[in-house]
Amino acid sequence: MLIINCPLCGPRDHAEFTYVGDATKNRPENGDSSNDHAWYDFVYLRDNPKGLHEELWQHSFGCRCFVKVLRNTLTHEIIATGMPKDNLILKEKGLELSV
Amino acid sequence: MAKYSIFNIIKNAFNEDKNWARAWRDPEPKKSYDVIIIGAGGHGLASAFYLAKNHGIRNIAVLEKGYLGGGNTGRNTTIVRSNYMLDENAHFYEKSLQLWEQLSSELNYNVMFSQRGVLNLAHTDSQIDAITRRGNTMRLNGIDAELLDEKQIRKLMPYLDFSNDVRFPIKGGLLQRRGGTARHDAVAWGLARAADSLGVDIIQNCEVIGFEETGNKITVVKTSRGNFNCGKVGFAVAGNTGHLASLINLKLPIESHVLQAFVSEPLKPMIDHVVTFGAGHFYISQSDKGGLVFGGDIDMYNSYAQKGNLPLIEEVVTAGLAMIPSLSRLRITRHWGGVMDMSMDGSPIIGKSPIDNLYLNCGWCYGGFKATPGSGWVFAHTIANDEPHRLNKGLNLERFKKGRMVDERGAGPFPNRH
Repeated sequence: MLIINCPLCGPRDHAEFTYVGDATKNRPENGDSSNDHAWYDFVYLRDNPKGLHEELWQHSFGCRCFVKVLRNTLTHEIIATGMPKDNLILKEKGLELSV
Repeated sequence: MAKYSIFNIIKNAFNEDKNWARAWRDPEPKKSYDVIIIGAGGHGLASAFYLAKNHGIRNIAVLEKGYLGGGNTGRNTTIVRSNYMLDENAHFYEKSLQLWEQLSSELNYNVMFSQRGVLNLAHTDSQIDAITRRGNTMRLNGIDAELLDEKQIRKLMPYLDFSNDVRFPIKGGLLQRRGGTARHDAVAWGLARAADSLGVDIIQNCEVIGFEETGNKITVVKTSRGNFNCGKVGFAVAGNTGHLASLINLKLPIESHVLQAFVSEPLKPMIDHVVTFGAGHFYISQSDKGGLVFGGDIDMYNSYAQKGNLPLIEEVVTAGLAMIPSLSRLRITRHWGGVMDMSMDGSPIIGKSPIDNLYLNCGWCYGGFKATPGSGWVFAHTIANDEPHRLNKGLNLERFKKGRMVDERGAGPFPNRH
Protein backbone atom coordinates (compact mmCIF):
# COMPACT_ATOMS: atom_id res chain seq x y z
CA MET A 1 0.00 0.00 0.00
CA LEU A 2 1.34 3.42 -0.93
CA ILE A 3 0.47 6.38 1.27
CA ILE A 4 0.41 9.55 -0.83
CA ASN A 5 0.61 12.84 1.02
CA CYS A 6 -1.91 15.00 -0.85
CA PRO A 7 -0.95 18.66 -0.37
CA LEU A 8 -4.63 19.52 0.22
CA CYS A 9 -6.01 16.47 2.06
CA GLY A 10 -3.00 15.03 3.87
CA PRO A 11 -1.75 11.42 3.80
CA ARG A 12 -4.18 9.12 1.96
CA ASP A 13 -4.28 5.53 0.72
CA HIS A 14 -3.23 5.26 -2.94
CA ALA A 15 -6.49 3.46 -3.77
CA GLU A 16 -8.10 6.94 -3.61
CA PHE A 17 -5.90 8.11 -6.47
CA THR A 18 -5.79 7.52 -10.23
CA TYR A 19 -2.35 7.19 -11.75
CA VAL A 20 -1.80 9.70 -14.54
CA GLY A 21 1.84 9.08 -15.46
CA ASP A 22 5.18 10.72 -16.15
CA ALA A 23 5.10 14.36 -14.95
CA THR A 24 8.13 15.48 -16.95
CA LYS A 25 6.33 15.48 -20.31
CA ASN A 26 5.37 18.91 -21.65
CA ARG A 27 2.75 19.31 -24.34
CA PRO A 28 4.03 21.17 -27.41
CA GLU A 29 2.43 24.57 -28.09
CA ASN A 30 -1.17 24.32 -29.25
CA GLY A 31 -1.44 24.15 -33.00
CA ASP A 32 2.28 23.58 -33.50
CA SER A 33 2.13 20.80 -36.06
CA SER A 34 5.47 21.74 -37.62
CA ASN A 35 7.50 19.85 -35.06
CA ASP A 36 6.56 16.19 -35.44
CA HIS A 37 9.37 15.02 -33.22
CA ALA A 38 8.16 17.13 -30.28
CA TRP A 39 4.73 15.47 -30.53
CA TYR A 40 6.27 12.00 -30.93
CA ASP A 41 8.34 12.67 -27.82
CA PHE A 42 5.36 14.00 -25.84
CA VAL A 43 2.87 11.28 -26.79
CA TYR A 44 5.06 8.18 -26.92
CA LEU A 45 8.62 8.43 -25.60
CA ARG A 46 9.31 7.89 -21.91
CA ASP A 47 12.48 7.97 -19.80
CA ASN A 48 11.06 5.04 -17.81
CA PRO A 49 13.74 5.39 -15.11
CA LYS A 50 14.78 2.64 -12.73
CA GLY A 51 14.90 4.81 -9.62
CA LEU A 52 13.50 8.32 -9.07
CA HIS A 53 10.39 9.05 -11.11
CA GLU A 54 8.38 12.29 -11.13
CA GLU A 55 4.77 11.39 -11.76
CA LEU A 56 1.23 12.74 -11.52
CA TRP A 57 -1.63 11.16 -9.62
CA GLN A 58 -5.18 12.49 -9.49
CA HIS A 59 -6.92 12.41 -6.12
CA SER A 60 -10.10 11.05 -7.73
CA PHE A 61 -11.84 10.03 -4.51
CA GLY A 62 -10.74 13.12 -2.59
CA CYS A 63 -10.16 16.70 -3.66
CA ARG A 64 -9.81 15.68 -7.35
CA CYS A 65 -6.60 17.71 -7.60
CA PHE A 66 -3.58 16.54 -9.54
CA VAL A 67 -0.70 15.74 -7.19
CA LYS A 68 2.94 15.50 -8.20
CA VAL A 69 4.80 12.61 -6.59
CA LEU A 70 8.52 11.84 -6.53
CA ARG A 71 8.75 8.08 -6.13
CA ASN A 72 11.40 5.41 -6.41
CA THR A 73 10.26 2.87 -9.01
CA LEU A 74 12.59 0.22 -7.60
CA THR A 75 11.42 0.35 -3.97
CA HIS A 76 8.06 2.19 -4.32
CA GLU A 77 9.26 4.64 -1.63
CA ILE A 78 7.59 8.04 -1.96
CA ILE A 79 10.19 10.74 -1.38
CA ALA A 80 8.14 13.91 -1.81
CA THR A 81 4.74 15.15 -2.98
CA GLY A 82 3.54 18.57 -4.07
CA MET A 83 1.37 20.52 -6.48
CA PRO A 84 1.93 19.91 -10.22
CA LYS A 85 3.93 23.15 -10.60
CA ASP A 86 6.37 22.23 -7.79
CA ASN A 87 9.85 21.09 -8.68
CA LEU A 88 10.31 18.15 -6.33
CA ILE A 89 13.71 17.14 -7.64
CA LEU A 90 15.13 20.56 -6.69
CA LYS A 91 13.51 20.32 -3.27
CA GLU A 92 15.21 17.02 -2.68
CA LYS A 93 18.54 18.13 -4.12
CA GLY A 94 21.51 16.13 -3.00
CA LEU A 95 19.51 12.95 -3.15
CA GLU A 96 21.20 10.43 -5.41
CA LEU A 97 19.83 7.01 -5.98
CA SER A 98 22.20 4.11 -6.35
CA VAL A 99 20.76 1.27 -8.38
CA MET B 1 24.47 -33.72 -25.36
CA ALA B 2 22.73 -37.01 -24.67
CA LYS B 3 19.38 -37.29 -26.37
CA TYR B 4 16.52 -37.80 -23.93
CA SER B 5 14.52 -40.95 -24.69
CA ILE B 6 12.63 -43.71 -22.98
CA PHE B 7 15.71 -45.99 -23.24
CA ASN B 8 17.81 -43.32 -21.58
CA ILE B 9 15.35 -43.06 -18.71
CA ILE B 10 15.30 -46.83 -18.18
CA LYS B 11 19.09 -47.08 -18.39
CA ASN B 12 19.61 -44.31 -15.87
CA ALA B 13 16.98 -45.68 -13.55
CA PHE B 14 19.28 -48.68 -12.93
CA ASN B 15 21.95 -46.28 -11.61
CA GLU B 16 19.50 -44.43 -9.37
CA ASP B 17 19.63 -41.53 -11.84
CA LYS B 18 23.14 -40.59 -10.71
CA ASN B 19 24.74 -40.47 -14.16
CA TRP B 20 22.74 -37.83 -15.98
CA ALA B 21 24.99 -35.29 -17.69
CA ARG B 22 24.27 -31.63 -16.97
CA ALA B 23 21.79 -30.13 -19.42
CA TRP B 24 23.90 -27.14 -20.46
CA ARG B 25 27.47 -25.92 -19.90
CA ASP B 26 28.58 -23.07 -17.66
CA PRO B 27 31.27 -21.70 -20.01
CA GLU B 28 33.94 -19.12 -19.32
CA PRO B 29 33.06 -16.15 -21.52
CA LYS B 30 35.13 -15.56 -24.68
CA LYS B 31 36.57 -12.14 -25.58
CA SER B 32 34.42 -11.63 -28.63
CA TYR B 33 31.09 -12.77 -30.05
CA ASP B 34 29.36 -12.36 -33.42
CA VAL B 35 26.02 -11.85 -31.68
CA ILE B 36 25.36 -10.97 -28.06
CA ILE B 37 21.80 -11.43 -26.84
CA ILE B 38 21.09 -9.73 -23.54
CA GLY B 39 18.59 -11.60 -21.37
CA ALA B 40 18.45 -15.40 -20.98
CA GLY B 41 14.71 -15.71 -20.64
CA GLY B 42 12.51 -17.53 -23.11
CA HIS B 43 12.83 -14.89 -25.83
CA GLY B 44 16.62 -14.50 -25.56
CA LEU B 45 17.24 -18.24 -25.53
CA ALA B 46 14.79 -18.87 -28.38
CA SER B 47 16.51 -16.15 -30.43
CA ALA B 48 19.92 -17.73 -29.84
CA PHE B 49 18.54 -21.19 -30.63
CA TYR B 50 17.01 -20.14 -33.96
CA LEU B 51 20.08 -18.04 -34.86
CA ALA B 52 22.18 -21.16 -34.47
CA LYS B 53 19.69 -23.58 -36.01
CA ASN B 54 18.14 -21.60 -38.88
CA HIS B 55 20.91 -19.15 -39.71
CA GLY B 56 24.11 -21.04 -38.92
CA ILE B 57 25.51 -18.40 -36.57
CA ARG B 58 27.26 -20.25 -33.76
CA ASN B 59 29.48 -17.68 -32.02
CA ILE B 60 26.68 -16.36 -29.79
CA ALA B 61 26.55 -15.36 -26.15
CA VAL B 62 23.36 -14.98 -24.13
CA LEU B 63 24.04 -12.76 -21.12
CA GLU B 64 21.88 -13.05 -18.01
CA LYS B 65 22.15 -10.85 -14.93
CA GLY B 66 20.62 -13.48 -12.64
CA TYR B 67 19.83 -17.10 -13.47
CA LEU B 68 18.25 -18.20 -16.72
CA GLY B 69 14.48 -18.11 -16.79
CA GLY B 70 14.43 -16.20 -13.48
CA GLY B 71 12.64 -13.15 -14.86
CA ASN B 72 9.24 -13.06 -16.51
CA THR B 73 9.70 -16.54 -18.03
CA GLY B 74 9.35 -17.90 -14.50
CA ARG B 75 6.72 -15.35 -13.43
CA ASN B 76 3.79 -15.65 -15.85
CA THR B 77 0.51 -17.53 -16.00
CA THR B 78 1.78 -19.79 -18.86
CA ILE B 79 -1.07 -19.06 -21.28
CA VAL B 80 -0.50 -19.69 -25.00
CA ARG B 81 -2.99 -18.48 -27.63
CA SER B 82 -3.19 -16.64 -30.95
CA ASN B 83 -6.68 -15.11 -30.82
CA TYR B 84 -5.72 -11.69 -32.17
CA MET B 85 -7.61 -9.60 -34.68
CA LEU B 86 -5.14 -7.15 -36.23
CA ASP B 87 -3.00 -8.51 -39.07
CA GLU B 88 0.35 -7.50 -37.57
CA ASN B 89 -0.37 -9.50 -34.42
CA ALA B 90 -2.53 -12.31 -35.83
CA HIS B 91 -0.03 -13.83 -38.25
CA PHE B 92 2.90 -13.42 -35.86
CA TYR B 93 1.16 -15.09 -32.90
CA GLU B 94 -0.25 -17.82 -35.15
CA LYS B 95 3.29 -18.67 -36.30
CA SER B 96 4.29 -18.75 -32.66
CA LEU B 97 1.43 -21.13 -31.83
CA GLN B 98 2.46 -23.41 -34.71
CA LEU B 99 6.01 -23.46 -33.33
CA TRP B 100 4.63 -24.34 -29.88
CA GLU B 101 2.85 -27.34 -31.40
CA GLN B 102 6.19 -28.91 -32.36
CA LEU B 103 8.45 -27.37 -29.74
CA SER B 104 8.81 -30.41 -27.49
CA SER B 105 10.05 -32.64 -30.30
CA GLU B 106 12.17 -29.88 -31.79
CA LEU B 107 13.96 -29.34 -28.48
CA ASN B 108 13.93 -33.01 -27.39
CA TYR B 109 12.52 -31.63 -24.14
CA ASN B 110 8.97 -31.89 -22.87
CA VAL B 111 7.63 -28.36 -22.48
CA MET B 112 4.28 -29.87 -21.46
CA PHE B 113 2.36 -27.86 -24.03
CA SER B 114 -1.29 -28.61 -23.37
CA GLN B 115 -3.84 -27.45 -25.95
CA ARG B 116 -6.73 -27.35 -23.53
CA GLY B 117 -8.50 -24.40 -25.17
CA VAL B 118 -8.73 -20.72 -24.27
CA LEU B 119 -12.21 -19.22 -23.76
CA ASN B 120 -12.92 -15.48 -23.63
CA LEU B 121 -16.29 -14.83 -21.99
CA ALA B 122 -18.70 -12.15 -23.21
CA HIS B 123 -21.34 -10.58 -20.95
CA THR B 124 -23.25 -8.07 -23.06
CA ASP B 125 -24.71 -7.95 -26.56
CA SER B 126 -21.99 -5.56 -27.67
CA GLN B 127 -19.31 -7.90 -26.36
CA ILE B 128 -20.92 -10.73 -28.33
CA ASP B 129 -20.69 -8.51 -31.42
CA ALA B 130 -17.04 -7.79 -30.66
CA ILE B 131 -16.00 -11.43 -30.18
CA THR B 132 -18.01 -12.46 -33.24
CA ARG B 133 -16.09 -9.93 -35.30
CA ARG B 134 -12.78 -11.04 -33.81
CA GLY B 135 -13.62 -14.72 -34.32
CA ASN B 136 -14.62 -14.13 -37.95
CA THR B 137 -11.42 -12.18 -38.58
CA MET B 138 -9.38 -14.97 -37.03
CA ARG B 139 -11.06 -17.60 -39.23
CA LEU B 140 -10.45 -15.50 -42.33
CA ASN B 141 -6.80 -15.43 -41.27
CA GLY B 142 -6.79 -19.24 -41.02
CA ILE B 143 -6.78 -19.30 -37.19
CA ASP B 144 -9.25 -21.53 -35.35
CA ALA B 145 -12.06 -19.82 -33.44
CA GLU B 146 -15.46 -20.99 -32.25
CA LEU B 147 -18.32 -18.88 -30.99
CA LEU B 148 -20.09 -20.61 -28.10
CA ASP B 149 -23.46 -19.72 -26.62
CA GLU B 150 -24.31 -19.91 -22.95
CA LYS B 151 -25.61 -23.51 -23.19
CA GLN B 152 -22.43 -24.80 -24.79
CA ILE B 153 -20.29 -23.04 -22.18
CA ARG B 154 -22.43 -24.44 -19.35
CA LYS B 155 -21.62 -27.93 -20.58
CA LEU B 156 -17.85 -27.27 -20.73
CA MET B 157 -17.53 -25.18 -17.58
CA PRO B 158 -20.30 -25.88 -15.09
CA TYR B 159 -18.44 -24.07 -12.31
CA LEU B 160 -18.98 -20.60 -13.82
CA ASP B 161 -21.71 -18.35 -12.43
CA PHE B 162 -24.59 -18.67 -14.92
CA SER B 163 -27.27 -16.94 -12.83
CA ASN B 164 -29.19 -14.20 -14.58
CA ASP B 165 -29.49 -11.76 -11.72
CA VAL B 166 -25.76 -10.99 -11.58
CA ARG B 167 -24.18 -7.78 -12.79
CA PHE B 168 -22.35 -9.54 -15.65
CA PRO B 169 -24.34 -12.57 -16.85
CA ILE B 170 -22.56 -14.91 -19.25
CA LYS B 171 -23.98 -14.52 -22.76
CA GLY B 172 -21.41 -16.43 -24.77
CA GLY B 173 -17.73 -16.79 -25.46
CA LEU B 174 -15.01 -17.17 -28.05
CA LEU B 175 -13.08 -20.42 -27.83
CA GLN B 176 -9.71 -21.13 -29.40
CA ARG B 177 -9.27 -24.86 -28.96
CA ARG B 178 -5.61 -24.87 -30.04
CA GLY B 179 -4.69 -22.45 -27.27
CA GLY B 180 -3.66 -23.66 -23.85
CA THR B 181 -0.77 -23.64 -21.43
CA ALA B 182 2.86 -24.81 -21.27
CA ARG B 183 5.27 -25.46 -18.43
CA HIS B 184 7.17 -22.17 -18.24
CA ASP B 185 10.39 -23.39 -16.59
CA ALA B 186 10.64 -26.31 -19.00
CA VAL B 187 10.49 -23.84 -21.89
CA ALA B 188 13.52 -21.95 -20.55
CA TRP B 189 15.41 -25.14 -19.71
CA GLY B 190 14.61 -26.88 -23.00
CA LEU B 191 15.64 -23.86 -25.07
CA ALA B 192 18.82 -23.42 -23.00
CA ARG B 193 19.78 -27.06 -23.49
CA ALA B 194 19.07 -26.98 -27.22
CA ALA B 195 20.88 -23.67 -27.79
CA ASP B 196 23.85 -24.80 -25.71
CA SER B 197 24.18 -28.01 -27.71
CA LEU B 198 24.51 -25.87 -30.85
CA GLY B 199 27.46 -24.03 -29.29
CA VAL B 200 25.71 -21.00 -27.79
CA ASP B 201 27.42 -19.69 -24.61
CA ILE B 202 24.87 -18.97 -21.87
CA ILE B 203 26.56 -16.73 -19.34
CA GLN B 204 24.69 -16.27 -16.08
CA ASN B 205 25.33 -13.83 -13.23
CA CYS B 206 26.56 -11.41 -15.86
CA GLU B 207 24.90 -8.01 -15.69
CA VAL B 208 25.33 -5.49 -18.51
CA ILE B 209 26.59 -2.20 -17.06
CA GLY B 210 27.35 -0.19 -20.19
CA PHE B 211 28.23 -0.04 -23.85
CA GLU B 212 31.07 1.41 -25.91
CA GLU B 213 30.04 2.97 -29.20
CA THR B 214 32.00 3.87 -32.32
CA GLY B 215 30.05 5.91 -34.81
CA ASN B 216 26.52 4.58 -34.73
CA LYS B 217 27.54 1.09 -33.67
CA ILE B 218 27.97 -0.73 -30.38
CA THR B 219 31.47 -2.25 -30.34
CA VAL B 220 31.85 -3.38 -26.74
CA VAL B 221 29.33 -4.66 -24.21
CA LYS B 222 30.57 -3.99 -20.66
CA THR B 223 29.39 -6.42 -18.03
CA SER B 224 30.02 -7.39 -14.44
CA ARG B 225 32.08 -10.31 -15.83
CA GLY B 226 34.29 -8.29 -18.18
CA ASN B 227 33.99 -6.57 -21.54
CA PHE B 228 33.01 -8.38 -24.74
CA ASN B 229 33.56 -7.25 -28.31
CA CYS B 230 30.43 -7.77 -30.35
CA GLY B 231 29.24 -7.88 -33.93
CA LYS B 232 25.54 -7.45 -33.26
CA VAL B 233 23.55 -6.92 -30.07
CA GLY B 234 19.98 -7.94 -29.30
CA PHE B 235 17.92 -6.79 -26.32
CA ALA B 236 15.51 -9.37 -24.92
CA VAL B 237 15.15 -8.08 -21.38
CA ALA B 238 11.40 -7.39 -21.08
CA GLY B 239 10.76 -5.06 -18.13
CA ASN B 240 14.37 -3.91 -17.97
CA THR B 241 14.40 -2.62 -21.56
CA GLY B 242 13.97 0.99 -20.42
CA HIS B 243 16.92 0.76 -18.05
CA LEU B 244 19.18 -0.92 -20.62
CA ALA B 245 18.20 1.59 -23.31
CA SER B 246 19.05 4.46 -20.96
CA LEU B 247 22.66 3.15 -20.90
CA ILE B 248 22.95 4.11 -24.57
CA ASN B 249 20.70 7.18 -24.34
CA LEU B 250 17.89 5.57 -26.26
CA LYS B 251 14.32 6.59 -25.41
CA LEU B 252 11.58 4.10 -26.18
CA PRO B 253 7.77 4.15 -26.20
CA ILE B 254 7.74 1.83 -23.20
CA GLU B 255 6.94 2.01 -19.50
CA SER B 256 7.75 -0.68 -16.94
CA HIS B 257 4.85 -1.82 -14.75
CA VAL B 258 4.47 -4.60 -12.22
CA LEU B 259 2.01 -7.44 -12.86
CA GLN B 260 1.04 -9.86 -10.10
CA ALA B 261 0.00 -13.47 -10.49
CA PHE B 262 -1.30 -16.04 -8.03
CA VAL B 263 -1.47 -19.77 -7.30
CA SER B 264 -4.03 -21.34 -5.00
CA GLU B 265 -3.69 -24.47 -2.92
CA PRO B 266 -3.87 -27.64 -5.06
CA LEU B 267 -7.29 -29.05 -5.94
CA LYS B 268 -8.60 -32.07 -7.78
CA PRO B 269 -9.18 -31.36 -11.48
CA MET B 270 -11.77 -28.60 -11.74
CA ILE B 271 -10.87 -26.15 -14.49
CA ASP B 272 -10.07 -27.96 -17.73
CA HIS B 273 -9.45 -24.87 -19.91
CA VAL B 274 -8.07 -21.38 -19.73
CA VAL B 275 -10.98 -19.01 -19.03
CA THR B 276 -10.96 -15.23 -19.12
CA PHE B 277 -13.55 -12.89 -17.64
CA GLY B 278 -14.95 -10.34 -20.08
CA ALA B 279 -16.21 -7.74 -17.61
CA GLY B 280 -13.04 -7.28 -15.58
CA HIS B 281 -9.50 -8.41 -16.14
CA PHE B 282 -9.15 -11.97 -14.88
CA TYR B 283 -7.73 -15.17 -16.39
CA ILE B 284 -7.46 -18.59 -14.80
CA SER B 285 -6.28 -22.11 -15.50
CA GLN B 286 -5.32 -25.14 -13.43
CA SER B 287 -1.76 -26.40 -13.32
CA ASP B 288 -0.83 -30.06 -13.53
CA LYS B 289 -0.06 -29.94 -9.81
CA GLY B 290 -3.64 -28.86 -9.15
CA GLY B 291 -3.11 -25.25 -8.14
CA LEU B 292 -5.32 -22.65 -9.79
CA VAL B 293 -3.07 -20.16 -11.60
CA PHE B 294 -4.65 -16.75 -12.12
CA GLY B 295 -3.93 -13.11 -12.70
CA GLY B 296 -5.49 -9.79 -13.56
CA ASP B 297 -4.44 -6.20 -14.16
CA ILE B 298 -1.08 -4.57 -13.65
CA ASP B 299 -0.68 -2.35 -10.58
CA MET B 300 -1.07 0.71 -12.87
CA TYR B 301 1.96 2.75 -11.79
CA ASN B 302 5.55 2.62 -13.12
CA SER B 303 7.59 0.01 -11.29
CA TYR B 304 10.78 -2.00 -11.55
CA ALA B 305 10.05 -3.80 -8.26
CA GLN B 306 9.18 -7.46 -8.63
CA LYS B 307 6.50 -7.05 -5.98
CA GLY B 308 2.99 -5.69 -6.00
CA ASN B 309 0.36 -4.15 -3.79
CA LEU B 310 -2.61 -5.48 -1.80
CA PRO B 311 -5.45 -3.34 -3.26
CA LEU B 312 -4.82 -4.88 -6.67
CA ILE B 313 -4.98 -8.39 -5.21
CA GLU B 314 -8.43 -7.55 -3.86
CA GLU B 315 -9.50 -6.29 -7.28
CA VAL B 316 -8.27 -9.42 -9.06
CA VAL B 317 -9.96 -11.73 -6.58
CA THR B 318 -13.22 -9.75 -6.80
CA ALA B 319 -13.30 -10.32 -10.57
CA GLY B 320 -12.48 -14.00 -10.00
CA LEU B 321 -15.33 -14.45 -7.52
CA ALA B 322 -17.79 -12.79 -9.88
CA MET B 323 -16.87 -15.39 -12.48
CA ILE B 324 -16.41 -18.46 -10.27
CA PRO B 325 -18.11 -17.97 -6.86
CA SER B 326 -16.76 -21.29 -5.53
CA LEU B 327 -13.25 -19.78 -5.39
CA SER B 328 -14.30 -17.93 -2.23
CA ARG B 329 -13.20 -20.72 0.10
CA LEU B 330 -9.83 -21.26 -1.57
CA ARG B 331 -6.56 -20.12 -0.06
CA ILE B 332 -3.86 -18.45 -2.11
CA THR B 333 -0.56 -20.14 -1.41
CA ARG B 334 1.83 -18.10 -3.54
CA HIS B 335 1.84 -14.82 -5.35
CA TRP B 336 4.56 -12.92 -7.19
CA GLY B 337 5.22 -9.89 -9.36
CA GLY B 338 7.00 -9.50 -12.67
CA VAL B 339 8.07 -6.33 -14.46
CA MET B 340 6.19 -5.83 -17.73
CA ASP B 341 7.50 -3.78 -20.64
CA MET B 342 4.21 -2.02 -21.44
CA SER B 343 4.33 -0.48 -24.92
CA MET B 344 2.28 2.55 -25.93
CA ASP B 345 -0.10 0.60 -28.17
CA GLY B 346 -0.16 -2.73 -26.38
CA SER B 347 1.71 -4.57 -29.15
CA PRO B 348 5.35 -5.66 -29.13
CA ILE B 349 8.30 -3.93 -30.73
CA ILE B 350 10.54 -6.42 -32.48
CA GLY B 351 13.00 -5.24 -35.08
CA LYS B 352 15.75 -2.77 -35.81
CA SER B 353 16.69 0.20 -33.64
CA PRO B 354 18.16 3.65 -34.42
CA ILE B 355 21.61 2.12 -33.68
CA ASP B 356 23.06 0.17 -36.63
CA ASN B 357 23.86 -3.13 -34.94
CA LEU B 358 21.32 -3.07 -32.12
CA TYR B 359 18.04 -5.02 -32.39
CA LEU B 360 15.07 -4.63 -30.08
CA ASN B 361 12.76 -7.31 -28.76
CA CYS B 362 10.51 -5.59 -26.23
CA GLY B 363 7.10 -4.11 -25.45
CA TRP B 364 5.47 -7.48 -24.74
CA CYS B 365 3.03 -6.12 -22.17
CA TYR B 366 1.15 -9.02 -20.56
CA GLY B 367 1.68 -11.39 -23.46
CA GLY B 368 5.32 -12.31 -23.83
CA PHE B 369 5.16 -15.96 -22.83
CA LYS B 370 2.96 -17.18 -25.68
CA ALA B 371 5.22 -15.38 -28.14
CA THR B 372 8.40 -17.14 -26.97
CA PRO B 373 9.19 -19.37 -29.98
CA GLY B 374 7.72 -16.99 -32.55
CA SER B 375 9.64 -14.08 -31.09
CA GLY B 376 12.89 -16.06 -31.24
CA TRP B 377 12.12 -17.13 -34.81
CA VAL B 378 11.56 -13.63 -36.22
CA PHE B 379 14.18 -11.96 -34.01
CA ALA B 380 16.84 -14.42 -35.20
CA HIS B 381 15.82 -13.67 -38.79
CA THR B 382 15.99 -9.91 -38.16
CA ILE B 383 19.45 -10.13 -36.58
CA ALA B 384 20.91 -12.53 -39.15
CA ASN B 385 19.64 -10.62 -42.21
CA ASP B 386 19.63 -7.09 -40.76
CA GLU B 387 16.06 -6.97 -42.00
CA PRO B 388 12.74 -7.90 -40.39
CA HIS B 389 10.91 -11.11 -41.24
CA ARG B 390 7.56 -10.51 -42.99
CA LEU B 391 5.86 -11.53 -39.73
CA ASN B 392 7.43 -8.76 -37.62
CA LYS B 393 7.59 -6.08 -40.31
CA GLY B 394 4.57 -4.29 -38.86
CA LEU B 395 5.82 -4.54 -35.28
CA ASN B 396 8.66 -2.04 -35.79
CA LEU B 397 9.66 0.97 -33.72
CA GLU B 398 8.93 3.49 -36.51
CA ARG B 399 5.20 2.86 -36.30
CA PHE B 400 5.01 5.18 -33.27
CA LYS B 401 6.66 8.03 -35.18
CA LYS B 402 4.17 7.64 -37.98
CA GLY B 403 1.18 7.20 -35.69
CA ARG B 404 0.46 3.76 -37.20
CA MET B 405 -0.55 2.05 -33.96
CA VAL B 406 -1.20 -1.67 -33.65
CA ASP B 407 -3.72 -1.07 -30.90
CA GLU B 408 -5.72 -4.26 -30.38
CA ARG B 409 -7.83 -2.74 -27.58
CA GLY B 410 -8.17 0.75 -29.04
CA ALA B 411 -7.06 2.21 -25.72
CA GLY B 412 -4.74 4.93 -27.02
CA PRO B 413 -1.17 5.77 -26.01
CA PHE B 414 -1.57 4.88 -22.33
CA PRO B 415 0.65 1.92 -21.46
CA ASN B 416 -1.22 0.98 -18.29
CA ARG B 417 -4.52 0.56 -20.16
CA HIS B 418 -3.42 -2.19 -22.53
